[in-house]
Amino acid sequence: MTTIQSLEGEIEIHPDVALVERVRGGDISAYDTLVRKYERQIFRIAQHITQNREDAEDVMQDAFLKAYEKLEQFQGNSKFYTWLVRITVNESLMRLRKRRTGKMVSIDEDLETDEGSVPRDIADWAPDPEQNYTQSELGQILEKTIKGLPPGFRVVFELRDVQGLSTEDTAEALGLSIPAVKSRLLRARLQLRERLSRYFKQKDFKQKKSASETGRRKSSKAGTVTEA
Amino acid sequence: MTCTEFLAKLDDLIDGSVAAKLRAELEQHLKTCSHCEVVYNTTRKTIQIYRSNELYELPSSLRDRLHSAIMARCKKGCGCS
Repeated sequence: MTTIQSLEGEIEIHPDVALVERVRGGDISAYDTLVRKYERQIFRIAQHITQNREDAEDVMQDAFLKAYEKLEQFQGNSKFYTWLVRITVNESLMRLRKRRTGKMVSIDEDLETDEGSVPRDIADWAPDPEQNYTQSELGQILEKTIKGLPPGFRVVFELRDVQGLSTEDTAEALGLSIPAVKSRLLRARLQLRERLSRYFKQKDFKQKKSASETGRRKSSKAGTVTEA
Repeated sequence: MTCTEFLAKLDDLIDGSVAAKLRAELEQHLKTCSHCEVVYNTTRKTIQIYRSNELYELPSSLRDRLHSAIMARCKKGCGCS
């Protein structure tokens, strides 16, 4: 919805719609504000789908330009960001198609797998497991893990869990039904959990900790104490 | 409640979108099933880790360059005005 019902019963215009109206009136600085507000999120969606930095940069630029050119078609009954995400997803898929020499690519592909739908690794994780990795190591683990999921799972997880969109807005942005979004989200969450368990489960940390303590003792004997 | 039934409602429990009665039943299952408790806790942790460590962050210099390129192309003209 683009309007907000205030407590007094007055209809307030959504700030994005007010900005769109200003752009339609010729105020390009209002579009500058919209681009700044959403460019980071749009880049992440493009990167999640294309898995290619250069493509994601191009998609981001093309999506904002296309949205600008099509602004007259933006309906006040949908949110601007949801509309922008839809353009971004389409541009990303077109880019993938080009890379795959015309092969059809859709947000529905690669959904046949049952991986992760029934949890197999049920070892508990170490407390605050991310603390055992450097920021760079953790980033690599998270990226590698989410890359293993189908694009349709990655983008649903990004929109719902990272960017905090509602199920309804995610469904609208991706052109999916609400049950389809829910199904993808559950499987994305479970698959990510399963894959992260390989790095974060408690057993591994006990071994790692034990190995590092042994290493420290040896180093200590040699007169050089190094922190693991 | 079986583990399969619990799993079917896992997302709703995580998202806080279950009615009080069902929530009580799910929480009761968690008290008696260590496997589901681990799955529930580690799934929540998975979401929290991805939320607090955003991937594909653009360096500000690159963001500025892309932003300028977008605005330059928009200023060349569009079909909306």
